Amino acid sequence: MMSSFLFRAMDARAGLFLAIMAAVIILVPACNLLLPEGSTFHVPNYAVTLMGKYLTYALLALAVDLVWGYCGILSLGHAAFFALGGYAMGMYLMRQIGTRGVYGDPILPDFMVFLNWGELPWYWYGFDMFWFAALMVLLVPGVLAFVFGWFAFRSRVTGVYLSIITQALTYALLLAFFRNDMGFGGNNGLTDFKDILGFDIQADTTRAGLFAASGLALVLCFLICRAITRSKLGKVLVAVRDAESRTRFLGYRVEHYKLFVWTLSAMMAGIAGALYVPQVGIINPGEFAPANSIEVVIWVAVGGRGTLVGAVLGAVLVNFAKTWFTAALPDIWLFALGGLFVVVTLFLPKGIVGIVSQGWTALRQRKISEDYEAGSDEPPSQAPQSPASPANVSPKTSSSTLPADAEPQPAE
Amino acid sequence: MARSSSLLYLDGVSVSFDGFKALNELSLTIAPGEMRAIIGPNGAGKTTMMDVITGKTRPDSGEVFFNGTVDLTGEDEASIAELGIGRKFQKPTVFESHTVWDNLELALKAPRGPFATLFHVISGAEKKQVDHLLDLIRLGSKRNELAANLSHGQKQWLEIGMLLAQDPKLLLVDEPAAGMTDAETAETAELLKDIANDHSVVVVEHDMVFVRSLGVKVTVLHEGSVLAEGSLDHVSANERVVEVYLGR
Ligand SMILES: Nc1ncnc2c1ncn2[C@@H]1O[C@H](COP(=O)(O)OP(=O)(O)OP(=O)(O)O)[C@@H](O)[C@H]1O
Ligand SMILES: [Mg+2]
Repeated sequence: MMSSFLFRAMDARAGLFLAIMAAVIILVPACNLLLPEGSTFHVPNYAVTLMGKYLTYALLALAVDLVWGYCGILSLGHAAFFALGGYAMGMYLMRQIGTRGVYGDPILPDFMVFLNWGELPWYWYGFDMFWFAALMVLLVPGVLAFVFGWFAFRSRVTGVYLSIITQALTYALLLAFFRNDMGFGGNNGLTDFKDILGFDIQADTTRAGLFAASGLALVLCFLICRAITRSKLGKVLVAVRDAESRTRFLGYRVEHYKLFVWTLSAMMAGIAGALYVPQVGIINPGEFAPANSIEVVIWVAVGGRGTLVGAVLGAVLVNFAKTWFTAALPDIWLFALGGLFVVVTLFLPKGIVGIVSQGWTALRQRKISEDYEAGSDEPPSQAPQSPASPANVSPKTSSSTLPADAEPQPAE
Repeated sequence: MARSSSLLYLDGVSVSFDGFKALNELSLTIAPGEMRAIIGPNGAGKTTMMDVITGKTRPDSGEVFFNGTVDLTGEDEASIAELGIGRKFQKPTVFESHTVWDNLELALKAPRGPFATLFHVISGAEKKQVDHLLDLIRLGSKRNELAANLSHGQKQWLEIGMLLAQDPKLLLVDEPAAGMTDAETAETAELLKDIANDHSVVVVEHDMVFVRSLGVKVTVLHEGSVLAEGSLDHVSANERVVEVYLGR
């Protein structure tokens, strides 16, 4: 059962993605650690961290694509789950500082000493242990998403209304985490980390390790998303996206399906946040900013909604552009981002992946027709497959082409 | 007919939208195995009646029972579907970005929970069943086509196929012949008659030729309640029915 479930995740497109990821995960740390600094192929330290950060963004985008691209839930609050995962990791890193803080308190983080707190609040217990923090990275976003989704999906809040309350959720958390008496460092957040699992967080090897871990997490979550979206459950999700009430009349409990992917997606966002924080060295309430969540949606739209690979591609490309712009033309970045979104929405509704696969399908069609005209027996093939085509239906679908046609539509 | 021996039992059902009574003390009974045609002018409440039966709309008052014992007013859409009531919508609704095959596979009777579908592997028997349905609805050559690319009539047929895939006890079919050519309409009538051999069916249709070819008991709805009931000839002879139809 499990093997067929994972087997489903694989096909040519997934294979290509995995090959590229494997190369990146091995080559970037190798070129950073093994090559001398003068070498043309040496990857500088800052670039490793920067790319590691992109990978965590890509994972966040993947999480958004799972709920938005496949199930039609436009979340404008995923940065909240990302930040919560980040805070859970940040709390672990804070407790690792121990007596090396400015005030040298063995238990209390600096900001608590500064606020004259006598003892550690109960919700900081256990965060000195990595396994506990890792569990919280999954559980805190997961439980919040579950509770939120339980109420929202049962009362059938959909569309714009749902998007708005996800924005409200992240905004409320932003305000809460700003407060000093919440016990999460207020405005300044958590920072000045020293080490992780006993390794110096500034060391080249640790940074390379974090990069590799981010890459592996991305690959793993990609495979999970892929297996899900190609299963029958994935088809139900697309059905919900296209015609929610029709799905109910077939006997599917739409709210259970939504709750399942929503919670899973929030946990993935949490993992992304947890890998992000040690690489950038800080987590503060700014990560909850409503605009952050909106940006993630733009990455997914640019790359191609409902394609998984597109989410990763979009996140990396847009952030690469952001890095370049904010260095070269800092005033222009926001306009460029807004313009990009408008252009993509108007001219590339299926994003980069949509365009590429359309071109690819057209090329193949033409080649097949040419072969046919040239006297080969094989008739031109039929229309391309839907993206949700499972690997297990018929032999023809297992080599399915990229989705050139599944334009998501609003539920009725 | 008594409630206990009925398949579907509606008694005194009223529904109002902002004060407008779409259903007004509607009472209707369908026997097990029966096929019934429902006619009535636009706005008579035919679709609203189906909405009430399938849990989309809650009645303001009245009783709705399935199988004589199950109170449908307390159930939601998904559990009513699971009880064995399938529905074809007036405006054909299929999953446009799924292939014809996937539309049928999704409709096939099978466990409906997320974990069941997550680990589902399609069985040989299921494949056979989908193949059989594809033949029946004549979409065998379109199996890998996206439903969005089907013609209106083909979508109607696909939706009927999905309905059959669910293998419900009772089929509610809202205007199956709308947008079809005469030939297609005749074929659809034949298909429904076949289906009625081992299912109970309620068909709403405006096309009188179609209704006549079904040759079953007819119920005329008007302003949310039953105006007349009987054979098509019997109801067409009813003065009030003629008035209602000509008055439009
Ligand atoms: N959700 C709703 N809100 C307000 N009014 C409604 C709603 N649904 C139906 N109605 C009204 O209730 C009346 C009955 O509608 P219904 O769709 O049941 O008619 P019908 O018999 O199916 O007609 P048709 O033959 O045109 O399909 C109509 O006047 C319609 O405008
Ligand atoms: Mg109607």
